[in-house]
Amino acid sequence: MDFALTEEQTMIVDMVRRFVRQEILPLEESMDPDADELEPEVLAGLVEKTKAMGLYGLDTPPEYGGPDIDMVTRVLIAIECSQHRGGLYTPCYGAFGGARQAQLFEANEAQKEKYLYPMLRGEKKVFFGLSEPSGGSDPARAIQTRAVPDGNDHWVLNGTKLWISGADRADYGLVFARTGGPGRSGVSAFIVETQWEGFKVARIVHTLRSSKYATEIQMDNLRVPHENMLGEEGGGFAIANDRLARQRVPYAAECLGPAIRAHEMATEYSKIRETFGAPLSSRQGIQWMLVENEIDIRAARLLVLDAAAKADRGEPYRTESAIAKLTCSESAFKVVDRSMQIHGGLGVAKDLPLERWFREMRIRRVGEGPSEVQKHVIARDIIGGSLR
Amino acid sequence: MAVRLDKPWRDLDAENLARVTGHLGVYQLANDAGEILYIGVAGGRTRYGLKGELAKALDAPPPGVTKFRVEVTMSYRTRHAELLEAYMHDHGTLPEANTDVDPRMLGRLRPGGGPG
Repeated sequence: MDFALTEEQTMIVDMVRRFVRQEILPLEESMDPDADELEPEVLAGLVEKTKAMGLYGLDTPPEYGGPDIDMVTRVLIAIECSQHRGGLYTPCYGAFGGARQAQLFEANEAQKEKYLYPMLRGEKKVFFGLSEPSGGSDPARAIQTRAVPDGNDHWVLNGTKLWISGADRADYGLVFARTGGPGRSGVSAFIVETQWEGFKVARIVHTLRSSKYATEIQMDNLRVPHENMLGEEGGGFAIANDRLARQRVPYAAECLGPAIRAHEMATEYSKIRETFGAPLSSRQGIQWMLVENEIDIRAARLLVLDAAAKADRGEPYRTESAIAKLTCSESAFKVVDRSMQIHGGLGVAKDLPLERWFREMRIRRVGEGPSEVQKHVIARDIIGGSLR
Repeated sequence: MAVRLDKPWRDLDAENLARVTGHLGVYQLANDAGEILYIGVAGGRTRYGLKGELAKALDAPPPGVTKFRVEVTMSYRTRHAELLEAYMHDHGTLPEANTDVDPRMLGRLRPGGGPG
């Protein structure tokens, strides 16, 4: 089994690593400690560079202008891109493009012209409205937002969505509503414009996270044209699920970037910081923490690359994706926590990025399917006997 | 990190307010000469964070206020206190419009450097 990177992957990793160190880190020295975006003209300059690198639009399929890279390479880039203060939720502040609403690739041609292409060109911002106050882990059952037909040409939506990132600044978004009975076959997807009568962002939901704050949106007799249904009636859940499973792999990999940097920082600090006449690195307690960091990172990295490799071979990878997400988020949190501990008081100060990574990494154990749900997915395969 | 906010001022108007986000953080309001008149905070209880608090300031600005600047930070309480204390150190009093702050509740800072 050859774990070595190809020559092309090595070149891409080097390029991205240099970009983060030469372009992003210097900017962060003067940015607010919890900032999550760049001035538009600064971002535009960086986008020119990532386009010149041939890496803009990371999750955009090549036929839509994205780079022709496989999932393994995507994971390697995700690990590098997130190695800065704001990197966990805003890797390189969007300079490489990113996932956006990949479900729009399932749109028909008219919908693509109106909604997908402006998003890909960066002209429009889009939100993803799946989770509700009634639940997010099990949306197939939890969705209570209703869409009722009004004649042949409109649907009327009523309901509330919660934890919706970026809805306050989006131009339009995807809303999943119940058009039929209970369960996944009763859910349909709609493209909803935020300026329409009946749509409002009721509040911002302030959490631990500095980046990409969540919102609560309310739909009150929101009229949506029939042509804005995405896919078939009752096909909404499948649209959501397929893309979410695919995005979960680079999402998991992004956890490793801050973990790697935190571990590097802790290692360096342990060599220079002295207590009781000796460097921290001479203490067995500290050495063991660094060893645990190293093993956690290496194991998580191998597991997420395994998931990516299976995806690239066209094999089913839902269980591997769940293992990767579970391991990367839980392990990265432990690595950041240990690294903070090694830094002592400095670890919890805003002078260093550790406290932001700690707060944001905590959310990573909940978002995109909490750890317990990932275990549920894996257990189902183990007990069902399909893991071998 | 600098104790005092030293970012450029922006005019307190609808166009600049449109670019402010709903993040939590601290903000300063000033007059045309850049003299700080108010130091505010957008905390976890605000509905729309910095955007909401500055929208209120735009609707009913304290006398003389024409400019603002912000800092996005999750440590909004301690940063707010720090900016007020730094101002007290530099000027001997709170900003003119900070009648909402009891100076007895503030600590005493002696930051290096001078007023921005």
